[in-house]
Amino acid sequence: MSLLSVRNLSVSFATSAGVFKAVDSVDIKVDKGEILSIVGESGSGKSVSMLAVMGLLPWTATVTADEMIFDGHDLSMLSARQRRHIVGKDLAMIFQEPMSSLNPCFTVGWQIKEALRLHLGLDRRARHARAVELFELVGIPAPEKRLSAFPHQLSGGMNQRVMIAMAISCNPKLLIADEPTTALDVTIQAQILDLLTGLREETGMGLVLITHDMGVVAETAERVSVQYAGQKIEEQPVASLFRAPHHPYTAALLDALPERATDKRLPTIPGVVPGQFDRPAGCLFSPRCKYADDKCRAKPPPPLGGDLGYARCFYPLNTDERAAS
Amino acid sequence: MSDTLSAEVKMIQNRPGRLREFWFYFRENRGAVFGLWIFVGFVLLAAFAPLIAPHDPSAQFRAFALRPPVWQDGGTWRFPLGTDPLGRDMLSRLIVGARYSFFVGIVVVAVAASGGIIIGLVAGFAPRWLDAIIMRIMDIILAFPSLLLALVLVAVLGPSLTNAMIAIAIVLQPHYVRLTRASVLSEKQKDYVTSARVAGSGLIRLMFVTVLPNCLAPIIVQGALSFSTAILDAAALGFLGMGAQPPTPEWGTMLAEAREFILRAWWVVTFPGVAILVTVLAINLMGDGLRDALDPKLKRS
Amino acid sequence: MTAPVMTATALARHYEVGGGMFAKPQTLRAVARVDFDLYAGKTLAVVGESGCGKSTLARMITMIEEPTAGSLTLDGQPVVRARWPKLRQDVQIVFQDPYGSLNPRQRVGTILMEPLAINRRDMKKAAREEKAREMLGLVGLRPEHFDRYPHMFSGGQRQRIAIARALMLDPKVLVLDEPVSALDVSIQSAILNLLVDLQERMGLAYLFISHDLSVVRHVADEIIVMYLGKAVERGPKADVFAAPRHPYTKALLSATPQADPAARKERIKLVGELPSPLDVPPGCPFAPRCWKVQDICRETRPELDLPAHAAACFFPLKPGENATDAVLSEEDFNTESLPQTD
Repeated sequence: MSLLSVRNLSVSFATSAGVFKAVDSVDIKVDKGEILSIVGESGSGKSVSMLAVMGLLPWTATVTADEMIFDGHDLSMLSARQRRHIVGKDLAMIFQEPMSSLNPCFTVGWQIKEALRLHLGLDRRARHARAVELFELVGIPAPEKRLSAFPHQLSGGMNQRVMIAMAISCNPKLLIADEPTTALDVTIQAQILDLLTGLREETGMGLVLITHDMGVVAETAERVSVQYAGQKIEEQPVASLFRAPHHPYTAALLDALPERATDKRLPTIPGVVPGQFDRPAGCLFSPRCKYADDKCRAKPPPPLGGDLGYARCFYPLNTDERAAS
Repeated sequence: MSDTLSAEVKMIQNRPGRLREFWFYFRENRGAVFGLWIFVGFVLLAAFAPLIAPHDPSAQFRAFALRPPVWQDGGTWRFPLGTDPLGRDMLSRLIVGARYSFFVGIVVVAVAASGGIIIGLVAGFAPRWLDAIIMRIMDIILAFPSLLLALVLVAVLGPSLTNAMIAIAIVLQPHYVRLTRASVLSEKQKDYVTSARVAGSGLIRLMFVTVLPNCLAPIIVQGALSFSTAILDAAALGFLGMGAQPPTPEWGTMLAEAREFILRAWWVVTFPGVAILVTVLAINLMGDGLRDALDPKLKRS
Repeated sequence: MTAPVMTATALARHYEVGGGMFAKPQTLRAVARVDFDLYAGKTLAVVGESGCGKSTLARMITMIEEPTAGSLTLDGQPVVRARWPKLRQDVQIVFQDPYGSLNPRQRVGTILMEPLAINRRDMKKAAREEKAREMLGLVGLRPEHFDRYPHMFSGGQRQRIAIARALMLDPKVLVLDEPVSALDVSIQSAILNLLVDLQERMGLAYLFISHDLSVVRHVADEIIVMYLGKAVERGPKADVFAAPRHPYTKALLSATPQADPAARKERIKLVGELPSPLDVPPGCPFAPRCWKVQDICRETRPELDLPAHAAACFFPLKPGENATDAVLSEEDFNTESLPQTD
């Protein structure tokens, strides 16, 4: 049985100009010890879907799902109190901006010990010992000294390590990392990604990596789910996704990467991600897709089978790959 | 290249305008809408005061001195809210008094805001030493209890409504200076200011054309809130005899004149007091709504 | 070879920081002695991580800040403060964040015409407007966008507007400060294409500042790698990517994720983080994190050596040399995995 199983998740927001559907019938499945990466551009709803699972959305959001099961608990049925018990303990999350995710008024040691106190109920000495142990685990040098530092005294990379230490303090079964390295430099990014994959191996937790960076996905993920305008449009193991994408959007996105360029002119995707006011009637990618025809524009394509990466497309690409695999 | 954008054109047209968005956030706040309606009523009353008021506010009907409001024994429909000790109609005086209050609010906010914005802009762009001098002077003004300072100023200038307005404007001005300077300092960091400098903008252009329009939102909110402060302070000065002089039907002055009759005739003090209370409350509620709608930090997505 | 449009010699910028009532001010060397030449129609990329001084460099070149030392010439004329207003027109800049770089209270038309209104006073209003509309078309926007406000546009469109504004004065040098870092991949490629087109059409010299090596590899002709305010390596793009000579460049290349799951991953894991720019080591700035470090590196500051493909290192890497130290990379380094092979 999978660790996290979400079926048909939708999230909509009430805004000044009516209802905005940020996530549109998305399925997510994460197994124990697996690294799933959710990729998408801004506005693809990749963060919102995970925040919905965590129950961290503001009250303007309406969340509906056929099924939202984490480790045997039905998240949609839990009371706020029960949910708090799971979120932060078994289900943890780290965010893009390490600086603003930590409270600047308290030392990092106080903050991590507070998390330990709330979820594990350890006594003072045990909390301190565990905090030092966690800091060592995430590779913070001189942990005893760093415990009494304030977030602004540490660099971005160090703060992200502190965030990771806090997130794994209760041995979570699943860690959701929302763009964990976007705000960091490349050399630090490499360190943090290594740390996350290393922790996964040591603790056997599942890892959901939300990112827009195809390079990070290729180097870190095992399975990749591509989101576009709130929908999951394709899901494949990482190697086959990069080798043979089935959805035209995935293919176009990969082609647009400068490092895959063969010419001085890069292939581009015309237009922009549809927003609140111009959601197409048919396939969401149809206004920008070079293969789109009237059928695509008229009705939304249902997801295809697993052998075609669950692609939401009438005319999937690289179909001959199916025979090969 | 042009087909790149064809899909986006529709989106742009459908996006709600700024005014509509503003109204959406303003409407969220019930109190603010309520305050807005009262304020509109207040403005109409002030604008058409001579037409609405049943009597001349300074006409004295000696035979009807200290008549109670219409619903009490001895009241008459001729004076629905009763009369004051000199036999003047309370209702007419209150209606015309709205005119004075509105006038005080407008003038004080205009003077305080324009002076404050200019000083704040200068402080925001000035070298460190000038900035420090300006801000310390403002701190000194703020360190005085505001009404006391206004009293001192009026005592120096001589008691009259005009001098009271000047005094209140001077007292309120430092708030605008600080607000403007803070916005200028944060806007100055932004790239569009740098890009205006790279394009060759001079200092004056940078201050007034580039930066100032982007600092206005908090200043508008402050303007609405200090409108009510101005009315309140003018009434207080009037009450202390330092503002509008009798027989001007200014609310604070009316209160002061009626002080000795407070036990015998409750209406002569209550109605001006209620008028001040309702107006100030309405404007403050409206100001809160404005802040919700204009301050992006408080906006919910 | 044609003469360079812009030449910088030993350009440096220091800041005095701290220095309250009691503290002694410290000197922050944001940029220390950087040299480069910009040629018409060519792109010089400046690469480095945060705090390496690349943005300060941009501010000096665009005449927002005065260099503390060193000299800058534009078309053979020295760039000094007195001449800034005149020379400024030839150097324009595009910023990273398309949401912050356009004045939210101005219409697109006003934004585009502002540089002309300031610098070309004798130009008729109709002529200004015509030029602005022409430029709008050149960057791929529609005529009806002329009267709109910036908040009505997406990030990519705003970046087009910012580019159009920068080009209104027909500059010779365009400084691009992370122009695509804030954009999505699909938008990024369109903007990069636009920049390439404009460069060819107008013969612009680009100073392209970026931390993203895959973008730099696509657009650059020459590359300067900066670390803590110092240029540590400089050379033609192909040489720098194929055979980096400075250990930092090599580490940076190996840390950049490749969008290819099949590529072999041998990362050079740099230990530690960037030292504070207030406390730059006396010798080579990279010495505390370097795996080839020796005593001389900690004591003496190396300077850029060769003219063509220069590195500021006492022990530059030879082509094909790998980071063999077991601490840094467990697996054998293999020339196939060199980043140029994808």
